[in-house]
Amino acid sequence: MVGTSTVDYGETIAAPRPRAKRKKFFRAEWGLFLLFIAPNFFFLILFTYWPLWENIKLSLQKTDLLAFSGKNKFVGLDNYRYIFDNRTFNLVLKNTFIFIVACVVLTIVLGLLSAMLLNLRLRGRNGVRALVFAPTLVSGAAIGVVWAYIFDPRFGLLAQVLDWFAIPSPRWLDRPEWALWAVIIVYVWKNLGFATVIFLAGLQGIPRDLYDAAKVDGANAWWRFKSVTIPMLSPISFFLMVTSILATFQAFDIIQTMTSGGPAYATTTLVYYVYDQSFGQGANFGRAAAAAIVLFISMLVVTIIQFGFSEKRVHYDG
Amino acid sequence: MASRLSVHQQQQLGRVAGYAGLLLLTFVIGAPLFWMLSSSLKTLSQIYTFPPQWIPTDPQWSNFKEAWNSVPFGRFYVNSFIITIAGSALQLTNGILCAYAFAFLDFPFKNVLFMFVIAALMVPGEVVILPNFLFFGNTVRDWFGLESNWINTYQAVVLPGAATAFGTFLMRQGFMGLPRDVLDAARVDGAGHLRTMFGIVLPMAKPIVVTFGLISVVNKWNDYLWPLIITRTVEMRPITVGVRLLYDAEGNNNWGVVMAGTCFVVMPLIAVYLFAQRYIIDGLTAGATKG
Repeated sequence: MVGTSTVDYGETIAAPRPRAKRKKFFRAEWGLFLLFIAPNFFFLILFTYWPLWENIKLSLQKTDLLAFSGKNKFVGLDNYRYIFDNRTFNLVLKNTFIFIVACVVLTIVLGLLSAMLLNLRLRGRNGVRALVFAPTLVSGAAIGVVWAYIFDPRFGLLAQVLDWFAIPSPRWLDRPEWALWAVIIVYVWKNLGFATVIFLAGLQGIPRDLYDAAKVDGANAWWRFKSVTIPMLSPISFFLMVTSILATFQAFDIIQTMTSGGPAYATTTLVYYVYDQSFGQGANFGRAAAAAIVLFISMLVVTIIQFGFSEKRVHYDG
Repeated sequence: MASRLSVHQQQQLGRVAGYAGLLLLTFVIGAPLFWMLSSSLKTLSQIYTFPPQWIPTDPQWSNFKEAWNSVPFGRFYVNSFIITIAGSALQLTNGILCAYAFAFLDFPFKNVLFMFVIAALMVPGEVVILPNFLFFGNTVRDWFGLESNWINTYQAVVLPGAATAFGTFLMRQGFMGLPRDVLDAARVDGAGHLRTMFGIVLPMAKPIVVTFGLISVVNKWNDYLWPLIITRTVEMRPITVGVRLLYDAEGNNNWGVVMAGTCFVVMPLIAVYLFAQRYIIDGLTAGATKG
C-alpha cells in the first residue's frame, strides 16, 4: 500500500506571473491546460467517480443474477437494512473495528520505538533501517503465503520461537479466536517500516537545542521524551494515524492469501465482505454495493475528521 | 543504583541496550524473510524437522524448478511485466501532464478542478470493484459494439489504474518548488511549454518524478485484488495471483516449493529496492512530512 492513501492537501496557489505575459498566453494556455489534464480526468471520471455513482445506484437495487441485463428492481434501502440486520455483517463490522484499532495502535507504538532506536548513533543502523522498511514494499500476497507457513503450528517458525519459551503454539489460522490476531501480526510486521521511517524523519527534524534546554532544566530522559519528543511528533503521529486507518480499511491481499476471510468469517473485514459478496459464493450485487458504500462512508468520515483537525492543528516548525 | 554509575558507565549501558534493541528488531523483521529464503532450499524431510534447521545443511535448488513447473511462472512474469510497465507508464504520463498543468498553466477555477483530483483519493479502488467489473463485462461491449467483453484482458487489468491523484499531488508539489527564475528565463527565451517541460521541469524535478515512478511500479507489481477479479484464466494471471495458485496447488505441506514461489514474486522488487532505496524512502518521507 505504498503511498496510495496519502491524504494531505496542500493549498492551491496559482502560479504568480507577470500580468502582461498572462494576457499574451490567455487562450492558448487554457486550451493547453485542458489538453494536459484531459487524460487524467478521463480515467478518474470513468473508473473512480462514475463507478462510485453506479455503486450507489446498485446498492438501491435488487439484482437478478440469472438474467443480468438491466432487469434490476429498485428496492430503496432494503439492501442496507438487510446487511445491518445480518449477523455476519455485524461480525464483519466488529472484525474491521478490532483489526483497524489493533493495527494502528501497534504500528504507531512499535514504529515510534523502533524509530527512536534507529535514531541513536549506533553502528549498522542504516542497514537495519533498510531491512525494516523492506516488508513495506513486498507483495502482500507473497507475505500472506510466507506467514501461513510461519504460523504452521507444527513446523512453522513461530512454533519454534514459542518453543524457546516452552509455550505450545496455538493453531493460529484454524481458530476463530486466533486468526484475526494472526492477520493483525502480519500487517503490523509489514507496515512497521513505513511508520518507522516517517517517525525517524520527524525525530531528526526536532531541533537539538530543545533537548539541551530541557537538560539544563534538569529533565531526565523520560521527561525529555514526554515534554519534547511527544509534543513535537504529534502532527506526524496524527498524519500516520489517519493514513494507517485508511490503508488498513483497504487491507485485502494478506487476508485473502492467509485465511480467505475464515475460519467462520473470523477474518472477514469490510473489503473482504465486499469482494465475497461480489464474486464469492452466494454473491449478491446489491448487498455487495451497499457494503461498499458503508466502506466508502467510513473512510470519508475519517478523512473529514482529519481535515477538520489539520485545519486547527498546531505546527511545530522549528 | 543507577545514580551511582558514572556518566561513562551510563552511556556504556545505554549503548549495550541500544544494540540489544537493534538485534531484536533485526530478528523480528528479518527472520520471516530469512525463513522464506532458507525454506525454499530445504528438502521435504528438512521441512518436517522440529526444531527446524535455520540454514539447510544441503541446500537444494530443486524447489525452484518444481515451483516453476507446478504453475506457469514464466507466463506470470510476462503478465506482471506487461501490467506493471503499461500501468506505470500511463500513470507517469497522466500524472506529469496533469501536475504540469496545475503548476504552471492558467485556467479559471483551477483550484476547484484540483480538489476534484484530490477528492479521488477518498474513493479507493476497493470501493468500486463491482461497478468496474460490470463495466468491462456488458457495458464496454454495448458501448463499442464489440463481439466479446473485456474481462480477462490486459486492458481491463491496466486501465482502471491509469489515472493518479496521488502522483498529480506529489509531482505538482515538486514542480512548484522549482526555482521560478530559471523557468521565467526559459519563457523569456521563447521556450514553449513542451520544451519547458522536457528541457527544464522534468530534469530539475527528476528526484520526485523518479520517486513517483518507483512507487507506481511497486504498486502495480504488487496489485492483487483487481487482477484477481478481472483475470479468469491461468494464462492471464499476474505473479501475485500466481503465487496464490501455487499455494492452492501444493497445499499446506510442500512448503519448500511454495516458498520458492514466493521468492519468485519478491526477488524483482528486492532488486529494485537495493538500487533505489534512497529514492523510495526519501520520496515517501518527503511526501509525508512536507506535504
